[in-house]
Amino acid sequence: MAHFTKATSVKDWLNQRLAIEKVEKVMASEYWIPKNINFLWAMGLILMITFVLLLVSGIFLLMYYQPNVDTAFYSVNYTIMRDVDFGWLWRHVHGVAASVVFLIIYIHMFTGIYYGSYKKGREMIWLSGMLLFITFSAEAFSGYMLPWGQMSYWAGMVITNLFSGGSLHADFLVEWIRGDYVPAQAFLSRFFMLHVLLLPLAILGLIGLHFAALRIPHVNNQDGEEIDFDAESKKYLAGDKVGSKVMRFGNDFLSKDMMVVGIYLIFFFYLVFYHYGFAMDPVNFDPADGLKTPAHIYPEWYFLWSYEILRPFSTDIGLMAFGFAQVIFVLLPWLDRSPNTVPASRRGLFAIWFWAMLLDMIVLTAMGKLPPSGIFSTIGLVAALTFIGLWILLPIITMFEKKV
Amino acid sequence: MKNKEPLILAVVVFFTLVTYYLVEPFAHSQMHKHVESESFAYADLPAIQKQGDVTRGQELVMGAGACTGCHSINVVKVPATMEPQMAAASYGVNPPDLSNAGAIYDPKFLAAMIKNPAHALMVEHKFDADAGKMHPMVPFYGAGGDIDQEIADMIAYLQSIAVKAEEVTPIMAFENACGRCHAVSYENWTPIGAKPNFKDKKDSLAFDIKLLEYQDSLKAYMGKTPPDLSMYIRSRGEHYVSTFIENPQSQLEGTAMPRVGVTPEAAEKVIEYLQDAGDTKRHEREEIGMSVMIYIVIFALFAFLWKRKVWKDLH
Repeated sequence: MAHFTKATSVKDWLNQRLAIEKVEKVMASEYWIPKNINFLWAMGLILMITFVLLLVSGIFLLMYYQPNVDTAFYSVNYTIMRDVDFGWLWRHVHGVAASVVFLIIYIHMFTGIYYGSYKKGREMIWLSGMLLFITFSAEAFSGYMLPWGQMSYWAGMVITNLFSGGSLHADFLVEWIRGDYVPAQAFLSRFFMLHVLLLPLAILGLIGLHFAALRIPHVNNQDGEEIDFDAESKKYLAGDKVGSKVMRFGNDFLSKDMMVVGIYLIFFFYLVFYHYGFAMDPVNFDPADGLKTPAHIYPEWYFLWSYEILRPFSTDIGLMAFGFAQVIFVLLPWLDRSPNTVPASRRGLFAIWFWAMLLDMIVLTAMGKLPPSGIFSTIGLVAALTFIGLWILLPIITMFEKKV
Repeated sequence: MKNKEPLILAVVVFFTLVTYYLVEPFAHSQMHKHVESESFAYADLPAIQKQGDVTRGQELVMGAGACTGCHSINVVKVPATMEPQMAAASYGVNPPDLSNAGAIYDPKFLAAMIKNPAHALMVEHKFDADAGKMHPMVPFYGAGGDIDQEIADMIAYLQSIAVKAEEVTPIMAFENACGRCHAVSYENWTPIGAKPNFKDKKDSLAFDIKLLEYQDSLKAYMGKTPPDLSMYIRSRGEHYVSTFIENPQSQLEGTAMPRVGVTPEAAEKVIEYLQDAGDTKRHEREEIGMSVMIYIVIFALFAFLWKRKVWKDLH
């Protein structure tokens, strides 16, 4: 057993039992971050803060929300929006954060792709990140069901229908997922459970894994430089803060993070109070009605690109393309055959590939919302084929990439 | 090393805004028909040429076989001839009380309404007199004199008994123009009036039965039960609701909903009523929004100063 002495202070008392000083060093003051980074490296903390906003606002909403098909809409739009003090504020924070979190996730993801932060020992960071993306997607979808408005109902209908697998006619699977032939009470109850318990637990676990995966390979930097963290941190601790290529996570890196967070929160709360419409679809302010299909059914903006990969093809091919789009990003570290871990700007053809992919996903996103007719339908088809083509090209162009 | 952050920020902001523009303003402009408001001018209806006389108007409105045969005018103690559900069984919908019609409806619209209801209400596709489908409101065929003069007199009388235009309240405008077909459950409004807080359950059930009977007649008359408007200000938005009130056919061709002919001021009151129902906390939102923004800007400022202090030693 460990040897305990009479504590000289509260800190000492805690130190003997929890080693708080050591924990502080490992987690903050001697967790080394490269200095040559830019504000895109703050997206991780911004995601963390947005997640906390979602969690806290969600806890308040949970106290009044009723997961019942007869009362859900009322509990959201009357009880929370009118009766509960600041209920409207929690709902707007929750709704806007749920949308903005995906904007930040996409920025975070494309930052990783641009700087090659999924290569050479950082594969687990990418994988755990993609698992987080998938879990967040499921969390967003299940949450979207809860107000039980028209879009909740019909999006629930359309998305669960995908599991019938086209010509496979796996209707039993759709019924099993819904617990009924159509979205009804069983459906709402289970998506409620997923949204408030199972998926948040999975997200918390995956966030832990994501952070742990960073530990050994360290954070990447914006110049693709290989840094000797041991040597550089010794230099820093010896007092050469200016000469060292690394800095402490706390408070060096954190102070810059908080500056970016400050700017982000100005943007975020502007949206919450003055520009929330994009995150709270008007159609969902009509109560669910299984006999009245809305004129346009579309997912939230962050799912539009994959929705558009599904839509322009015939059912079976569309489903295959959709399945491809869901998993292909996960495989990025192995599809990129290049030995270089440097920014895309120094990787020749890959730079073109990066911007083409970004633009293509924006085009897919736009076409995913527009009615699938005329020119929009053609553009959507071309963009979907481009998406698939780009992924087929990736291993080929990266295989021939010269070492820089 | 050159600082690339402004360039990176510009790229991130640019692609974010492009995506936003495409999925929000652009996509919605493609999905929904845009209807411009005509500021409730009712340009298709002829202007009133004659100067109305209140006393003669009173005789015409109260005269045998005239308005009060069906309409109540509570303000001058003319009661309704039947309860709402009975009136709806006879006419399809409860005829409105005319106490404040002169303040809420546009005079041109009132004149057209008296002369040819189906035309003024823009429901001629539903009520075609030639095909034997008469609108339940009988047109005024004149009392023997100049019909335009008589109509001007009636309108002058209705305006004389109504409250002043600036005294029209949101609930008054809504009740007159919309409330006999639409429920607003979040404001406790039903098409037969606000449901009182009954102490006895029997009274409450009796009210509900009347309401159900009323709604059955209304459904038969309109083709479907007109929707509850509680959240319409959020589900349709102010512009849609406003242009729809002005001319329902412009947004939804062939709809059974009649044009209601409110003045621009009364239309604003209707919108205000719907905002009170579906966007109750809008004033609080603006107030708190300002405080939060100020707080966050101060926070960002301190965060910036902290960063500067810490990074002074790092360069």
